[in-house]
Amino acid sequence: MSGVGLVVALVMALLGGLACAVHPLNRRGLQRKQWLADRIDALLPQTQCGLCGYSGCRPYAEAVAGGLADINRCPPGGDHTITLLAELLGTVPKTLDPALAPVVNARLAHIDEAACIGCLKCVRACPVDAILGAAGQMHTVIPQFCTGCGLCVAPCPVDCIDLRPPVAAPGKPVWPKPGPAYGRAA
Amino acid sequence: MMRALHAFPGGLHLETHKEKTCAESSLLQPLPERIVLPLQQHIGLPAEPIVGMGERVRKGQMIARASGYVSVPVHASTSGTIVDIGLHPVGNPATPDARCIVIEPDGRDEWFEIQPVHEYASVDPRELQAVIRDCGIAGLGGAGFPTHVKLNEGVENAVDTLIINGVECEPYITCDDRLIQEKATYVVAGARMIAHAVQAKHCVIAVEEDMPQSFAALEKLVEDDIELVKVPTRYPAGGEKQLIKMLTGFEVPSGGLSIHIGIVVHNVATAAAVYRAVTRGEPQVSRYVTVTGDVDRPRNLQVLLGTPIHDCLRTCGFREDGEARIILGGPMMGTHLRRLDIPVIKTTNCVLVQPAREPAAELPCIRCGDCVDVCPIKLLPQQLYWHARSDDQDEAQRYHLFDCIECGCCAYVCPSHIPLVQYYRHAKSRIAAAERQRQGADHARTRFLARNARLDRQERSRNGALPAAAGADIAEKRAYISDAVERVRDRRLQRDPNQGGDD
Repeated sequence: MSGVGLVVALVMALLGGLACAVHPLNRRGLQRKQWLADRIDALLPQTQCGLCGYSGCRPYAEAVAGGLADINRCPPGGDHTITLLAELLGTVPKTLDPALAPVVNARLAHIDEAACIGCLKCVRACPVDAILGAAGQMHTVIPQFCTGCGLCVAPCPVDCIDLRPPVAAPGKPVWPKPGPAYGRAA
Repeated sequence: MMRALHAFPGGLHLETHKEKTCAESSLLQPLPERIVLPLQQHIGLPAEPIVGMGERVRKGQMIARASGYVSVPVHASTSGTIVDIGLHPVGNPATPDARCIVIEPDGRDEWFEIQPVHEYASVDPRELQAVIRDCGIAGLGGAGFPTHVKLNEGVENAVDTLIINGVECEPYITCDDRLIQEKATYVVAGARMIAHAVQAKHCVIAVEEDMPQSFAALEKLVEDDIELVKVPTRYPAGGEKQLIKMLTGFEVPSGGLSIHIGIVVHNVATAAAVYRAVTRGEPQVSRYVTVTGDVDRPRNLQVLLGTPIHDCLRTCGFREDGEARIILGGPMMGTHLRRLDIPVIKTTNCVLVQPAREPAAELPCIRCGDCVDVCPIKLLPQQLYWHARSDDQDEAQRYHLFDCIECGCCAYVCPSHIPLVQYYRHAKSRIAAAERQRQGADHARTRFLARNARLDRQERSRNGALPAAAGADIAEKRAYISDAVERVRDRRLQRDPNQGGDD
């Protein structure tokens, strides 16, 4: 019995060693991988939409740090995030994975409160706890917390959730960049 | 004894064009058909409406309350009915529409009951701050920073000098000059109140050399407690940092506030508003606005907040042939207005009408360095320009972009007509937007991780893994507590052996 155990242990160790040899980042150890995952996570938009195929931004960051996922799988981040990741990892920027649909504008979830039946399905689906509600009571989205991931849309049995462009925050202007026509009367 | 003045770097001698309006007494702008009061007339969070549609309000009644510490309430500027609460144009080129409360005046201009504070000198400075906040006073010099916040800095920190800023350095604008000439008693009494509120050791009122009538009016009223100073006419002498440098020789540190060097600066109109708020309980419902330039009767007007700019222009004989270029603010720092139905707000100091002209085409920078010579902050405007233009925010910040006061001296002297300030504003707002986005992402990350931890905990408690852990936890805590009790008892025994064991 112990002999079998020894063989299993040996095979495991060998496999582990091989896995480490596969990717150069793995060789630097777990700590280094954690550090890298933190850095990658800091560049991701934190939408938590799961469009990359992972359950959130952190898991995707860990997959990229472990060499298991490519850097071009974040549609909300788009080209900007890909460029930042390529800079961090010292690789060449790519275009977004063609299998993924690009996300164009930032949007926020909106619940048609008159139609809501209070089923809690969207509350459970929200990755950032941005939907407030109790069983049988009206639900609503807290716009400051919503990341616009859209994960609440599909579970709704009465189709009362949609994504809308956010209302611009008052007093937070982004001034236009001067162009050739700047300052000319309309 | 006259204070020795220091010079600030850079700056410009400009044609003042003030003679058109500074000698004419101000007019009361008649009641408009509709009053539009934006919820945000100040720096900070917008106010929150506390009235409903169709409600009758009276002049001076609070209709929106402050929504945070750095926020001020909004008051009805006349009596009437609330007819709308929604988006209306406010004239800011970057956010054209903002939330406003619209009042249809009933023509009676009936005041709400207001409560004056008697004997301010015996009132606690903090109470005075609360009065000033509830009266909705935001800095009237132009930036609109909530006044009570600046007063609070004085309570928290030692204030050496309070400066009341009457240095209206931008060409054409005379609203502060007229206010001092007509309401000098308010300004001086308000200055004393602010000095009490911030517990300032010294109080200085500064006016420009080309405001002789104002100087004379103030001279009659000031006593030993207030020092009256004339500063040379040089743009931008009225900028907070430049004025501090001139009067004290000190510089406000980069990224810091004047309070960090023990100085607080308030505008003269703010001092007058504080006087009204404290002695009469009158909230901020009107202000002086200079309407000047290419109009038939350039004048200063006393305007109810929320009055459309169009009405003010009409009072001053504006020719509506559509050929003019209207500037909100002065010629150096103002913004070009594309529509005239926007309201006068707490920070509106001037409406300037200039003949329409095509702006000169922007030519390439020839690196002449004129902008460097005139910059009052000693920045390198052309370096800032390169980095702002190429959207290199990090480099722009390395060249201290955020110390730029947007005075416009660099753009004024630029032989290539480059709208430099617009580039800096664009870069600043881009950086601020990126920072907000980063904060939002950090927040989302925290919430995501917290939710995952909670789900994990629920899962484990369902599997029966948690109760045992909780039990072990309690035992551990009990041990920790009994250890601590032992330690305290030992220490007490050491200190006073006779008392040991009694407790």
